[in-house]
Amino acid sequence: MSQLSCRNLSIGYDGKTIVSGIDFSVEHGDYLCIIGENGSGKTTLMKTILGLNPQLEGEITFGDRFDKSKIGYLPQQTHIQKDFPASVFEIVLSGCLTGLKKRLFYSKSDKQKALNALEKLQITELKNKSYRELSGGQQQRVLLARAICAANEMLLLDEPVAALDPKATMEFYKLLSELNKCEKITVVMISHNIDSAIKYASHILHIGSKQLFFGDVKSYIKSDAEECFCPKCREGK
Amino acid sequence: MFNTLSMYFSYPFVRYALIVGILVAICSSVFGVILVLKRFSFIGDGLSHVAFGAISIAAVLNISNNLLLVLPVTVVSAVLLLRTGQSTKIRGDSMIAMVSVGALAIGYLLLNLFSTSSNIAGDVCSSLFGSSSIITLNLTDVIICSVLCVAVMVIYVLLYNRLFAVTFDENFAKASGINTNGYNTLLAIVIAIIIVLAMNLVGSLLISALIIFPALSSMRVFKNFKAVVICSAIISVVCTVFGIIIALLASTPIGPTIVTTNIIVFLLFLIFSKTR
Repeated sequence: MSQLSCRNLSIGYDGKTIVSGIDFSVEHGDYLCIIGENGSGKTTLMKTILGLNPQLEGEITFGDRFDKSKIGYLPQQTHIQKDFPASVFEIVLSGCLTGLKKRLFYSKSDKQKALNALEKLQITELKNKSYRELSGGQQQRVLLARAICAANEMLLLDEPVAALDPKATMEFYKLLSELNKCEKITVVMISHNIDSAIKYASHILHIGSKQLFFGDVKSYIKSDAEECFCPKCREGK
Repeated sequence: MFNTLSMYFSYPFVRYALIVGILVAICSSVFGVILVLKRFSFIGDGLSHVAFGAISIAAVLNISNNLLLVLPVTVVSAVLLLRTGQSTKIRGDSMIAMVSVGALAIGYLLLNLFSTSSNIAGDVCSSLFGSSSIITLNLTDVIICSVLCVAVMVIYVLLYNRLFAVTFDENFAKASGINTNGYNTLLAIVIAIIIVLAMNLVGSLLISALIIFPALSSMRVFKNFKAVVICSAIISVVCTVFGIIIALLASTPIGPTIVTTNIIVFLLFLIFSKTR
């Protein structure tokens, strides 16, 4: 059974539908890239899966022994975070929030979990650094560590490389694909960059006002949905 | 000088002033850190004007303990302002500007039209700048104030981890199952309580200073959240105690003296962070 599947899903906010007829499923260990133009509803789709936005139609189902609490989320960076005076460890530890439930404070094992996440992403030496002094790439690694602290079965990433320079972008993609292959973490990522999506992902979901494509990367390259991504061809149609 | 001071401290109202001052200083500074980081500090400014309006109404209606009217009115306004600030349809900042100048104008108008007091200008000045109201506190005021302050501090300590998460990343906190709207409402209520309490200390126009200066000062120097919070509480207490003592010795108005001390500390921290 799939970890996550959406059937005939309609999404939107304030009662307005943005995309309808979304149909896709994610298996354990998949690497799914969600692509589409600005404003096409990629972030809304992610928020709907996480239950932060109401779903307008259709259904979202989770597999056996899998639910929302096993998804680690990496939202788009907000302007508040850029100059936030918090240490890397404080931020990564806040990923253990889901596990707190009724408890008020983090336990020793929560702290160990945060340390493990730091190690996994090779940022242990940044532990006591201030978040606002880090480079863009390092900041995204910290947020990724926080997401892993929250859950280590599936990661939902909302344009994690949007603000990174090409080198940091490459490094981030490599890291993600290592986590996907070695740790068998399912990755669902929103991306703008179609080339890197094809290079690293196993599956592609392409959305516009409706679902344009869902399937593995090989068939995506052959399909004509890929061409739809360039605005010129679109005007021609 | 020490003789004068010990003479002052033998009076209970001076001790009351110090107790209330210290408690209010801690509350306003620790929540100030969150407000500044969440870009909510302007709400504090708007609310302080609402509180002034409410005090004027209390004065006109001759309500003996004005806290009973001022506290609920400010709390309700805080929740409403926060709600509209979050909705994208109404511009939150202009809404707050509207409410705050409106409350200020209507408050002064009401006092002028209906007040029975012979010294309106003096009354207004003391509620705006807090001139001496802190040393007119009686034991009941001190007890109410202390209970509220301690409650606010307990909330802060118990919810520290969740407040941090909601401040740093609301979306992530929401996805982790935290009721972020609930926490924002809680914040609004707590801000309102702090503002009403701080009015005794520095007056309604100067409250924002108590909320933002300690936070901004400690953010210049410290790099992790816990240190920023602890440091701003210390700065705030030190500035308030020194402010009150200087005001007593030099017979200056208490509120402006405390704020000036805060400004000096901010400048010192700024210079320190630049030269490092």
